[in-house]
Amino acid sequence: MSTQPDLLYSEAEDDLRSAVRSLLTDRSDTASVLVRAESGTPYDPELWKALAGDMGAAGLLVPEKLGGQGASHREAAVVLEELGRSVAPAPYLTSSVIATETLLALDTESEPVAALLAELAAGRQVAVLAVPLSAAPDGPLPFGARRITGVPDAAAADVLLVLKSDGLYAVEAAGVTVEALTPLDLTRPLAAVTVDRTAAATRLADAATAEAAVRRGLLAGAGLLASEQLGLAEWCLEETVRHTRERHQFNRPIGSFQALKHRMAQLWLEVVSGRAAARAVADALATDSPEAALTVAVAQAYCSRVAVHAAEECVQLHAGIGMTWEHPAHLYLKRAKSDEIALGTPGRHKEALAELIDLRAP
Amino acid sequence: MTDAAELLSRTKELLAAHPPATTDRTDFLTARFDAGLAWVHYPKGLGGLDAPRTLQAVVDAELTAAGAPDNDPRRIGIGLGMAAPTILTYGSEEVKQRFLRPLWVGEEVWCQLFSEPGAGSDLAALGTRAVRDGGDWVLNGQKVWTSSAHVARWAILIARTDPELPKHRGITYFICDMSDPGVEVRPLRQITGEAEFNEVFLTDVRIPDAHRLGEVGEGWKVAQTTLMNERVSIGGSRIPREGGMSGPIARTWRERPELRTHDLHQRLLTLWVDAEVARLAGERLRQQLAAGQPGPEGSGMKLAFARLNQEISGLEVELRGEEGLLYDDWTMRRPELVDFTGRDAGYRYLRSKGNSIEGGTSEVLLNIVAERVLGLPSEPRNDKDVAWKDLTR
Repeated sequence: MSTQPDLLYSEAEDDLRSAVRSLLTDRSDTASVLVRAESGTPYDPELWKALAGDMGAAGLLVPEKLGGQGASHREAAVVLEELGRSVAPAPYLTSSVIATETLLALDTESEPVAALLAELAAGRQVAVLAVPLSAAPDGPLPFGARRITGVPDAAAADVLLVLKSDGLYAVEAAGVTVEALTPLDLTRPLAAVTVDRTAAATRLADAATAEAAVRRGLLAGAGLLASEQLGLAEWCLEETVRHTRERHQFNRPIGSFQALKHRMAQLWLEVVSGRAAARAVADALATDSPEAALTVAVAQAYCSRVAVHAAEECVQLHAGIGMTWEHPAHLYLKRAKSDEIALGTPGRHKEALAELIDLRAP
Repeated sequence: MTDAAELLSRTKELLAAHPPATTDRTDFLTARFDAGLAWVHYPKGLGGLDAPRTLQAVVDAELTAAGAPDNDPRRIGIGLGMAAPTILTYGSEEVKQRFLRPLWVGEEVWCQLFSEPGAGSDLAALGTRAVRDGGDWVLNGQKVWTSSAHVARWAILIARTDPELPKHRGITYFICDMSDPGVEVRPLRQITGEAEFNEVFLTDVRIPDAHRLGEVGEGWKVAQTTLMNERVSIGGSRIPREGGMSGPIARTWRERPELRTHDLHQRLLTLWVDAEVARLAGERLRQQLAAGQPGPEGSGMKLAFARLNQEISGLEVELRGEEGLLYDDWTMRRPELVDFTGRDAGYRYLRSKGNSIEGGTSEVLLNIVAERVLGLPSEPRNDKDVAWKDLTR
């Protein structure tokens, strides 16, 4: 058997991409994303129902016998690429990847775990792990914390997965106080979550099992975040190329100036490279490769940088228009910069990598 | 259609008829060529079997397992990668029969007489003149940066046959005999102290018209075949993790804790990540080619590796501290091949400076990516419709 990861897209993945892209193009163009973001309730429940439920995207990671699609991280990665391209606000990474992957690492024979997984896979409920968005897969976890800040998508959650000191609990949204924070990234809302001590909670796992499962959830989240970053970078490059071909100054399209062409060509090279890194991690997670942690660290260290660079170039090469509120470039810059910190900064991932490849710090 | 099973059985027949352990290397390679197992996608009678290119791997794996000699593709890379596909496309039947077998077997080494002192990135500005004289052409001019010229028997060459036309026209493509008395090869000593490249002076060199490839004045078009094949060959081989220049530096870090600093650690990890991602991108390109979906990524890989080699080797010199002040050997040599791994960090640092120049400068490759891959408009030009003789030099 070959040890090389499969870095291409299958035909089924291409079909899934087309379906997701046409849904997002129809229902979530950047103008409406901005309008919803400003309204304070960025989610579009109809869009979520179509994507998660009708299209089955929420259940890609869940085996068929547990009510899911029985697909893999490779397909989920394609969905995230498209969500990155459109900066659509959807609790996909949080519910369909991180919370789902956490639950899958628990005892799925247990009734509450299986029942919740089936709800998530069908897109009927949204579950969010009550840890900060910045949490790295190998970093500290908020065991026993009553108030957890920076929890992504809490506003959209029906169920929160809460780490109490003796294990992992499922808590209904009614049992927590969600206090919205003002996020840098308008398309991924953050909140401070306070768990009501008297709220009904279902225990899903003991502390040791919970820790391993949450780390697995965060690892998969960090790995697939690379695909969101890839899609985001790709949109930024395409729009920048389009704009610089059309925009004329000095009686020429500005895209004909070598100073600009070189920057876009360099960015293209980074996007092409980022695609290989993102595909490698999706494949490693899908095949449960022993290299999964290494590929996550590599992809996060690389793709975070590519997404931020692409979004920054997008703003700069759009010049004046790139600085305006009405042009979507800022939505991408804010998402990219926020994604850089999400699930471990590039620096944290490089520290993890140093251990894995035996290049230890002095 | 030749399939994998047939290729495998032909390979086994070759091995049975010419056991590698008891067969002379050249004899074995010649027999392999004649069996059509040299490059299986080439036509029958010219070293191939008209089979899909992807099936070469079947033959190669079987031969490697049997310990068969190879034709040293690094040593004859210009012949294999550039001369051969051009000869195949534009050569007469006699030319193909005469040149392809000794080229592939490695009995005749090839070099490429394209670049000139006044025509590097702007290759079409070349000024070497070829003037018709009966059945021959008479050439005068100077070429430069010619690797392997000191060991080559033949060269592919482009020269100007009509200076009245704009520079991309009026160029003709030839096969040049390096043993002609008018060909003088002089070593060009480089930044590393060795002379891996050469200058080639052409004085009244006579080339028979039968050694012209393509029509008179169509040399630029023929050269595009050569240059396109040069780019296709990049990214074809698989490298393991830490297989490139990140290998030596990672080993030094592990084995020599006294050299470590925090700053070097940060930079080392960043470059290690970049090298691993470039390796994966190369692997992805290879998988795309194998799946019959060639993408434009090939033109990007050379850019990535040039930058990586330079940054990693630069860091390696720094990592060695006091030892980084020393160089292994400045003796002037004329090697046949670049030996990155047999030399020390200082050599790698200096030699890798050429990676962003040879085979197209990074600046020109970025233009190519911008225009051909991204579809960005070209800069306005003032040299396209002017006769070559009227251009500013």
